[in-house]
Amino acid sequence: MTRSGRWFTLAALIAVGLAVGAGRAEAVVEIQWWHAMDGALEEWVKDLADGFNKSQSEYHVNAIYKGNYTEVMTGAIAAFRAKQQPHIVQVIEVGTGTMMAAKGAVKPVYELMADANEKFDPKAYLPAVTGYYTTPDGRMLSFPLNSSTPVLYYNKDAFKKAGLDPNKPPKTWPEMGEYGKKLQAAGYPCGFSSQWQQWILLENYSAWHNVPIATKQNGFAGFDTELQLNTPIHVRIIDQLAQWQKTKLFDYGGRKGDANPKFATGECGMFLGSSASYAGFVKAAQGKFEFGIGMMPYWPDVAGAPQNSIIGGASLWVLSGHKPEEYKGVARFFTYLSSPEVQAASHQRTGYLPITLAAYELTKKQGFYEKNPGTDTSIRQINNKPPTDNSKGLRLGNYAQIRDVMDEELEAVWAGKKTAKEGLDAIVKRGNDLLRQFERTNH
Amino acid sequence: MRSSSAGTTSCASSSAPTTSPRLSGVGPPAKERATRRPASLVHKRVVFRNRGLPYLLVAPQMIITLVFFIWPAGQMLVQSVLLQDAFGLSTQFVWFENFTRLFADPYYIQTFRVTVIFSGATAGLALGAGLLFAVMADRVVRGAVGYKTLLMTPYAIAPVVSGVLWLFMFDPTVGVVAHGLRRIGYTWNHQLNGSQALMLVILAAAWKQISYNFLFFLAGLQAIPKAVIEAAAIDGAGPGRRFWRIVFPLLSPTTFFLVVVNLVYAFFDTFGIIYTVTGGGPAKATETLVYRVFNDGFIGLDFGGSAAQSAVLMAIVIGLTVIQFRYIERRVVY
Repeated sequence: MTRSGRWFTLAALIAVGLAVGAGRAEAVVEIQWWHAMDGALEEWVKDLADGFNKSQSEYHVNAIYKGNYTEVMTGAIAAFRAKQQPHIVQVIEVGTGTMMAAKGAVKPVYELMADANEKFDPKAYLPAVTGYYTTPDGRMLSFPLNSSTPVLYYNKDAFKKAGLDPNKPPKTWPEMGEYGKKLQAAGYPCGFSSQWQQWILLENYSAWHNVPIATKQNGFAGFDTELQLNTPIHVRIIDQLAQWQKTKLFDYGGRKGDANPKFATGECGMFLGSSASYAGFVKAAQGKFEFGIGMMPYWPDVAGAPQNSIIGGASLWVLSGHKPEEYKGVARFFTYLSSPEVQAASHQRTGYLPITLAAYELTKKQGFYEKNPGTDTSIRQINNKPPTDNSKGLRLGNYAQIRDVMDEELEAVWAGKKTAKEGLDAIVKRGNDLLRQFERTNH
Repeated sequence: MRSSSAGTTSCASSSAPTTSPRLSGVGPPAKERATRRPASLVHKRVVFRNRGLPYLLVAPQMIITLVFFIWPAGQMLVQSVLLQDAFGLSTQFVWFENFTRLFADPYYIQTFRVTVIFSGATAGLALGAGLLFAVMADRVVRGAVGYKTLLMTPYAIAPVVSGVLWLFMFDPTVGVVAHGLRRIGYTWNHQLNGSQALMLVILAAAWKQISYNFLFFLAGLQAIPKAVIEAAAIDGAGPGRRFWRIVFPLLSPTTFFLVVVNLVYAFFDTFGIIYTVTGGGPAKATETLVYRVFNDGFIGLDFGGSAAQSAVLMAIVIGLTVIQFRYIERRVVY
């Protein structure tokens, strides 16, 4: 064979390959889904896509890992600016305000379902979960994939050593102090710690005590909202924690989930953490200690407390600029994800909250909560009372930056550089500047 | 172009041997220059026959500069006077508001301060340790290769990995070093203590750069003629005097080159370390200018503000370069 002949053969092969590939793409509608789940959770996401792909033959969902939450969101935004956006993108809850404001960039879920004629009943979903992603008049904007809520983990062995009842976690903040002191007296260097301080100690603390985080229904009712995190009730907890930080009764362990080792190694006897950290703690504590789960503490003298906790996690946003038949596939996929079997399996596998009532009932019927005591704490907590305007969630723009501000100022308070009031005042002032800037760019 | 100019193009005509050639400190020092001097005396002028050819020859370089440097820099400048939402759906022209907002922010001024301390300390530590190790290694006779190889390995480690290594050692809960410090009664908690956090990132950043400095200092030391040092020794100069009076001045081109490289490194390439070790915290104690550009742009999606910061950074870099080559290089002995 001559050299040119060889090249010709190669070119022909490539052409045939392309034709075959194109033929396949025509038959099946491809849907791109960018997500931020790694490790065991990536397998879960893959299984969700595979399950859907096997359940029908018209659509094919590609679940693509694009890095952590921040990277996925910035990646999707960059892709949108370059007109290469995926169909579905998983966005962390703090990005909700940004996504919601980008009216031309997203296709709201309620609209997607209506356009595709998919059966969709917003009432089937848990209001405490979907409320976060729903407009004040009840239209669902994004699809909640993975939601969790903070709970109190406590080390049962440590409780025994300190002479405390291992089946009675503290319920209130004064009890937290009392129990913490006893744990320290029993030789534990720290009473309790917390992960995700903004989410747990500010946002959820506010909702749990039924006080607003920001005006305008925590931002749900408009962009001209202002933070309200420097009220006496907020100063009270931050000041108390700053006092406790001095003796390590409360010990700050870093941003996001960096504090987890403080509980996993047994350094702190109690820990405020996401319900989704459950699986990780089970693994870490295996053979070392037993732990239980309680609800978040509250001040008993605050009227209405405890109210209900709010969620964190991420939801799926559908981006605009795709073909109707592709949106049909996305709608079908969301219907698949909402089915009680898929939901219940996901809930039991990951520790994330179920998003429909049916999935919760199914899990109960399967006896999961009896076999794994404490795992229903999160659900009981978000459903503790019907959500109010203060406990539906929050919708603030530039919120990733505002959360950074909260981290920075709280760190200054824990380090004793600022008083609780000074720190919270700074959060409100700096946060409001960011909110005003967001208001200007989105109107 | 400068270093390859040995006698062929006309550019050598201006750099007569008496004036110290500007900017050439960046190239490989000492040895090569010795070979260049006689060549520049030849003063030969080459003229291209085809007028288009020289342009054609510089075209690739120009295109790369335009596409990868001028165009993005221009985009950045444009962006810095705009206010945009994350998706780029609405854009407003706001003049210099992004800049005024920046300089009205007391935290930005603090970021400046942190950057100066961080860069100065990192470069100083890396240079000092590099020089010390090089002087030591220069004396080693047996097992020198193994010793040098060991000293060079940190350079092959990615900044992020290096950050994670240091983080593991100093983690307040599970870190080995933090544990040891606690034993001797010192509380290490860089998650809360800003000075400790700054110390940790400086250590991690400097550690990575020591190998590079070591390599260049060692090469510089070996280029110093033994005869000069022996002559000084015969004249009765002790080891300390020999080092500060002979070796150190003769090393100055290398040192100058390394000061430039180290400052640039500390300014721009340490992002990965800060990102993994502290994330700029606690309370902005380790937030450098570059880190903030990233944070505001890619986490906060404030592209206008981030671009304005990049513009400020660009001005700083231009200023630094001018100062370095105008004033510091004058004191360098070639």
